[in-house]
Formats: sequence, C-alpha cells, structure tokens
Amino acid sequence: MARDKTPDILLEGLTVGYGKTAVVSGIDAVLPGGKISVILGGSGCGKSTLLKHILMLHPPLAGRIMIGSHDLNKLDRRGKHCLRQRMGVLFQDGALLGSLSLGDNVALPLREHTRMDEKTIRERVLDKLALVGLDEFYDYYPNELSGGMRKRAGLARGMVMDPPLLFCDEPTSGLDPVTAAELDQLLLELKKSFDMTMVVVSHDLDSMRAIADHVVVLGDGRVLFNGLRDELEATTDDYLRRFLDRQAAARTSPRLTMPALDFNVMKRDCSKYLGEV
Amino acid sequence: MIHGRRSQFSPIAHLGEATLRFVGDTGAMFLFLAEASVRIFSSLGQFHKMVRQVYFIGVKSISVITLIGLFTGMVIGLQMHYALSKFGAEGFLGAAVALSLVRELGPVLTAIMITGRAGSSMTAEIGVMRITEQVDALRVMDINPIGYLVSPKLAASIICFPILTAFFDLVGMAGGYLTGVLLLGGNEGVYFYRIQAYMKMSDVSGGFIKSLVFAVVVCTVSCFMGYYTHTRRDAVGPEAVSQATTAGVVTSCILILLADYILTSLLF
Repeated sequence: MARDKTPDILLEGLTVGYGKTAVVSGIDAVLPGGKISVILGGSGCGKSTLLKHILMLHPPLAGRIMIGSHDLNKLDRRGKHCLRQRMGVLFQDGALLGSLSLGDNVALPLREHTRMDEKTIRERVLDKLALVGLDEFYDYYPNELSGGMRKRAGLARGMVMDPPLLFCDEPTSGLDPVTAAELDQLLLELKKSFDMTMVVVSHDLDSMRAIADHVVVLGDGRVLFNGLRDELEATTDDYLRRFLDRQAAARTSPRLTMPALDFNVMKRDCSKYLGEV
Repeated sequence: MIHGRRSQFSPIAHLGEATLRFVGDTGAMFLFLAEASVRIFSSLGQFHKMVRQVYFIGVKSISVITLIGLFTGMVIGLQMHYALSKFGAEGFLGAAVALSLVRELGPVLTAIMITGRAGSSMTAEIGVMRITEQVDALRVMDINPIGYLVSPKLAASIICFPILTAFFDLVGMAGGYLTGVLLLGGNEGVYFYRIQAYMKMSDVSGGFIKSLVFAVVVCTVSCFMGYYTHTRRDAVGPEAVSQATTAGVVTSCILILLADYILTSLLF
C-alpha cells in the first residue's frame, strides 16, 4: 500500500471535531498516492476540519489516520516533526506571514530545516516562485499582492521542500474563473512533474471536474461518497445529483411571500434627493 | 438534563467554573513561559529576530519613555519641594526624587508605558496571525510558533526593560532638577550630592530586579493573550483580537502592580 515517495492516506473509522463535538463521523476512505483527491462538500460540512486533522493540527476524536505506513496516533513527537517537513500546505488565503517579504516567506522552511547557504536558498526560492509565475515579486510583501497571487505564493511555499504530500484548502475560492482555472492547471502540472499525493478541499465543482482523480463528498456529518470522479458523475443519489447539478433544495422562500418594505419607515426621505427611484 | 441546566445557572457552578478556568489559564501561562524561555536558545536564527524586537520594544519606546520620565520627575520635584519645605528640608529634594524613581516609579511606570506601546501590539500581532491561520501555517511547516513568535520578544523584553527603566530614572532625575533647582531655586550641588549620598546599590539593584520581573510578566501575558485569541468565549474574529488586546493590557497592568507590591516587600 505505502510507497515511499507518494504515500496513500488512509482514514479509518475517523471522527473529527473540536472539543467533544463531532463534526464528521465514521470516515473510511483511502486517498490514493500520486493522485489528486478532492474533499468536496457544502459550506460548513467539515471539509477544512478534516484537513486540519490530517495535518495533525488537532487530534481525532476517534479512529485513525495513516500516512503511508505511519499511524498518526502512534507516531512520536519527532516522527510528527519529520512528517510535517514532508508535507506542503496551501491555506485558504495563503496564510503568508505579513511581516516577511514573499521571498522570505517561501524561504522560511528552508532556513528553519536545512543547512543550505543563503545563495542556494535564494536560487531555490526563485525557482519555486517562477513555477507559480511570481519570481518578479520576490521582495514584495503579502499585502501588496492580489488574493490569487497570495495563493500562488502560498503554493510556492508549500512546494519549497519538494514534499511528496501537498494539501490545499479551498485553492480556488474567491478567485475569478480564469485565475481559478490557471491554479487548477498548475496543480495538474505539479502532480505530473513531481509525482505527488495531493489532497484538495473544495466546494468548487468546476475545479473538482478539472483536477480530481478521487473524490470524497461530505455532508450531514458523514461521508456521502467515496470513489473515483467518474463514479461520482454517474451517481443517481438524489442529494449528490442536486449537488452536482447545482440545484437548490425545493423550499418556499419567505422573502417572496413577505410584503415589500414600506419606504415610509425609512429615517431619511431619499426621494427628496433622488426622486422616485 | 434539568438537573444539568440548574447547575449550569447556579452561582456556585459559575464560581467553580471561573475558578477552574483561572487555575487552568494560570498553569497554561506558566507552561507557555517555560516553553518560550527554553526556545530562546533553540537556534542562532533567534538572535536576528531578537535584534528586530529590541529595536521595536526598546529603541521605538525611547521617545515616550523620555517624555513620561521627564514630566514624572518634574512633578515629583514640585510636590517634594512643597512637602520638604514644610519641614525646612528642601536640601533633601535630590534624594527624595531619585529614591522614588529608582525604587518605585521608574520600573512601574516604564513597564506600564511599554505595556501600552509594545505589549498591546504584541497581542494584536499574534492575535491577527492566529485568526488568519498564520500560526497554523507555522505549525504545519514544523516551526514551533512559540519559539518563532514569542521567544525573541521575551529575550528582547528582558534586555530592554532594565535599560529603559534606567533611562527613565535618569531623565526623571533631570526633570526633578529642572523644577527643584532651575525653577524653584534649589541648590544644584546639594541636589546631586544628596542623590549620591543616599542612593545605595541595593536601591538600584532592587529597581533592576523589578524591571526584569515586569519584562517577563508583560511579555508573557501579552503574547499569551494573542496566542489564545481563538479560544476566547466573548468574541470571535477581529473582535476577539481587540478583546484580547484589551485583556492583555489590563491584566499586565494589574500584575505589574501586584508584583511590585510583593517585590517591594521582599527586596527593601
């Protein structure tokens, strides 16, 4: 099952949550090595929570997570340190350190964990920034960049240690369709070039269709689907079909049945300034 | 269930909960301080970060310390001159100003000033990093956030507080000289002679020890409040950062005064 370079991620009887509150229970899935697995689901269904547990930011409430042959519950402190150095993570908004320039942000893991000299670090950082098209922005600070650029910079930082595992939390959220498609393309190129295991948390169906090999769908506090993308596309399950076809749940909107706002209740009479608008 | 609800609203349950939270927070704060202290020496890279913090906490506080020190000294000069003249002891003005500053007001006011200027920004900086996932980003990069963010600040505080306190004392004595000697016509030679004659090494070292303790208190409380911004019950997001900043400043000031009383009892 486990390959050295591109390990599988096994989730077995996993319950994730905060404190004593379970958010998602009974997760059984294998996120295959060397592939892109997309964890899909509506807002607040527990996608990011699951990701944070895989990243060892929180201990699971029950069950176990295996990365390659390593059971995270049994791994000692040093083992966890070493495993973290083999993981790259792209956070939702990049999570770049605001006090450091882009170059210093990307160089941070190298400065902390390697004995490379500054010249080699700079060259390597420039290579990774070139990979995401940001090599000209080495000295810029995160607040001088757009949201898409911050995400790409976060990706460069996640890639700088050449990890066999890459995790992305909502990489395309908040981006325009062209930038989102470019980022998807970049993830596909990275998978092809570096033979990585990627886990992408998303609610973006277009993105899922573009990049996913394997899909796990979460909802109602459990796993609704776990399998290949083509199998998901062919599903006949009502909820999943509505989700995939972007159909709203049937309901009577109270907005449509409510009387319109009486403008006499407004504190300022805008008709004096705007006329009848 | 009904029993559970009753106990949830009973004053004794509230008191018990608050006590447990206080004990838990105090313990967590000591562990936080212990980890930050150990990680000061974790790598050579810490030195560079510490120098930046010395600039931020120390150099950038000089102007406010000068201003507050000068006016504090001037006010003490005026008040002491008034009080001492009642007994015909104006000649002791220098000693009175210097001893008040070095033993008490210098360390306390310097610590409170740095709490307002640098402590609040430590809390806000770490709090914002917490709510924008930057602290999580450090953890997944296998960089200890306490070592990276707190240890350099702690080391810089331990360096800066005594130096700024000494500077405050000097400027304060100059302020006392301005009012006591130049404005009210006291004798210049007597002013400085009394300072030299009545100031003992134990006064100076007592003030120095106080400033070191205040450095640890202010830095630990400020960073702790920022680091645990996300666990606050009274607010979330940016509001939690502002609440944490306020709590950091208020708690630091209270602990400074509490520690000052205990240290004064023990040292002098």
